[in-house]
Amino acid sequence: MLRGLWKLTWIEVKVFMREPLGAFGTIGFPVLVFIVLGRVVNFKAAPPSPAFSSFSRAGIPVFASLLIAVSAVLSLITIISIYREGGILKRLRATPLRPQTILTAHVIVKLILTAATLALMVLAGKRYYPVGAHVPLFSFAIALIISTWSILSIGFLIASIVPTARFAQPIGAIILYPMIGVSGLFVPVESFPPVLHAAVRILPPTYAVRLLQGIWNGDGWLAHVSDVAALTVLFLLYTALSAKVFRWE
Amino acid sequence: MRPVIEVSGVRKTYGATVAVAEASFEVREGEIFGLIGPNGAGKTTTMECIEGLRQPDRGTIAVLGLDPFRQVYKLQERIGVQLQQAQLQKRIKVWEAVDLWASLYRKPAIDADKLLEQLGLSDKRRAWFMNLSGGQKQRLFIALALINDPEVVFLDELTTGLDPQSRRAIWDLVRGIRERGKTVFLTTHLMEEAERLCDRVVIMEHGRIIAMDTPERLVATHCPERTVVLDTEDLTAAGSLRKIPGVESVECLGNRFTICGRGEDLVTEVIHCLSEHRIRVTDFRTILPNLEDVFLKLTGRSIRE
Repeated sequence: MLRGLWKLTWIEVKVFMREPLGAFGTIGFPVLVFIVLGRVVNFKAAPPSPAFSSFSRAGIPVFASLLIAVSAVLSLITIISIYREGGILKRLRATPLRPQTILTAHVIVKLILTAATLALMVLAGKRYYPVGAHVPLFSFAIALIISTWSILSIGFLIASIVPTARFAQPIGAIILYPMIGVSGLFVPVESFPPVLHAAVRILPPTYAVRLLQGIWNGDGWLAHVSDVAALTVLFLLYTALSAKVFRWE
Repeated sequence: MRPVIEVSGVRKTYGATVAVAEASFEVREGEIFGLIGPNGAGKTTTMECIEGLRQPDRGTIAVLGLDPFRQVYKLQERIGVQLQQAQLQKRIKVWEAVDLWASLYRKPAIDADKLLEQLGLSDKRRAWFMNLSGGQKQRLFIALALINDPEVVFLDELTTGLDPQSRRAIWDLVRGIRERGKTVFLTTHLMEEAERLCDRVVIMEHGRIIAMDTPERLVATHCPERTVVLDTEDLTAAGSLRKIPGVESVECLGNRFTICGRGEDLVTEVIHCLSEHRIRVTDFRTILPNLEDVFLKLTGRSIRE
């Protein structure tokens, strides 16, 4: 199972970094959003309302972090569909490589990417947020990696249903970005109509938002065991589902 | 000696589409075996069943004594595969691909640098896959198929889309694989390729095998016709040529005579007749049937249609 995993992972990292737009789009976009939002908030020196202030405190970093996760997942969907269309997945399968190894390598690449983007964001955001002192960055990074890992399972499911590589990015975006919208980051999920409220309970971003916000604001891990458990259960659920419908060619 | 590949009664359907209706054949050790036929005949499906990438609906397959589908990982250690129209990561470098492939097998890989050199890829080691020419890509895929020193090599439509010069270079490489004592199983829709390369061929059409033998014997059995075209100013030649045993028709157009007949001795007989009657010729050509004619004869349609 492990044979070839590290070599494949390392090659995928290198191949990804050689892709000019891929690396910029995935790493640059969330950082850019973070900086722009940070500036807007910063320049309006005094917070207009307590609600806005609380959003800007944990909301903006969490929003940007979710964008990091979604960017990574979108990039995964695109890569998988390109690899499938080009016969790369099939070619890799016609070796002693196990299919799980191929997909695991991609998940690891995306998690590394997520961590790298977060680090970049923290560096870029130092001017706007006095982070480091009171924000448990390491825990936050772990929380983001757990969140991304869970959302990646939806990525595999989407990668199974997109017909061609051309549609991968738009279809992924149409499905994933609204998930952030209804994740409870902007409007509390409790205020949703019952149907939507039930629906968002099977979406990883809902728990990711709670986990990330909590950790950013200084909660301990014990307070979020249920969120981590939910993210894990959803990961297993979507992985099992995509194992059933995933197409290699 | 047990055949390297045994295929018996294999059938494979996709929904209502029958890709392979019935296929049975054997591949012997050390030969270049060709599965030939037009596009859509079921060649690739048959090959991918043998490689363990697909499970046949019916029938049995044994490769090196293994069940390719159930023992796929065991089998993949011992075979090398080149897939039709496969790609690699656009920006993977040649040496990275070879290095990755070399790491995937239990047994030590063969010397990658030497392999790249033999395939004429040494100066492309650091090139991205996307920047290789069609012929270079195919040579890289051959390298990947050979990296684990396999006992059987599978090549699917290896030269499709290549220019004649690259094609010839690749043919030499495939002969080289056989010379190393390996068995080669290839598919092609190019009859010239099959004739030049294969020791034995199976002709497939609509998912069925319609003929199996060496290219020479297939031609001799199914297309015994021979044609000789010659130019001479001696117009009395027609009479003598018509008397040759085996000649069926002699057509005369100006100075050009077209002699049709059958039998392997026809050409010899014509030469004999010309010399006996001291007929002076200014041009002499033979038109021999090939596998394309065999296909036409067997199916009533051209393989290029």
